[in-house]
Amino acid sequence: MNESAILLTNIDSVPGKTIVEHFGLVQGTTIRAKHIGTDALASLKNIVGGELKGYTKLLQESRQEATSRMIEQARQLGANAIINIRFATSSVAKGAAELFAYGTAVRVE
Amino acid sequence: MLDLALFLILLTVGYFAGRVTEHRHYKSILLREKASLRLPTVTSNMLPEVDQIAKSFLVSGSCVISIDYFKRILAGLRNIMGGRMTAYETLIDRARREAILRMKYEALGSSIIVNMRVETASIFSSTNQNGIGSVEVFAYGTAIKLKKTL
Repeated sequence: MNESAILLTNIDSVPGKTIVEHFGLVQGTTIRAKHIGTDALASLKNIVGGELKGYTKLLQESRQEATSRMIEQARQLGANAIINIRFATSSVAKGAAELFAYGTAVRVE
Repeated sequence: MLDLALFLILLTVGYFAGRVTEHRHYKSILLREKASLRLPTVTSNMLPEVDQIAKSFLVSGSCVISIDYFKRILAGLRNIMGGRMTAYETLIDRARREAILRMKYEALGSSIIVNMRVETASIFSSTNQNGIGSVEVFAYGTAIKLKKTL
């Protein structure tokens, strides 16, 4: 994967470049359920408090997945940058989380 | 009887372990915040002069933090009387600051982070009665590298 070729920003331009073409909305989504092992560990951690590293990692990976799906869509459109990226999170079912990334695919020069 | 003993043990363990973890975490947060003061982070999308910009990229940081047993019980009691829930305030504060620090760490070498956004979700609420057991904070923004430093 050559993801570095696509520029990502969450502002409405790519600084230092000019937008020459708009391709519209691109989005990527993923739904992850928690792992039973991580969950057992987390419930122990729930007693003493502190960071739940397993979940942090899980969410990070899921967000990465959603982002790469969005990037894939942009690449298919022939874009080389995605601007105005937003992230959203929702829980669809108990113990499962949906991570959603969306933005506008553009071509910059 | 056994239940009560277990409850008290959990309460004590939660109290002391939670205090130690929180204290340690705050210490590390303060230290790292001081170290990263040179990287300004703003929520506006005001840009520096366009011809100075060398590179821009998306940066993000996230953190899931759980509350300890003692504070959860405390918060449960507070729920009856109403008022400020300081137990949860520190939890969210810690998670936010940690997430922002991680985002800043990802932006090492840049001059500024613009359009920073913070999102909070309690998606992995544990099986306990009250729901909020842990909170997830996700911070993201656009890091900008200037050709010459400010």
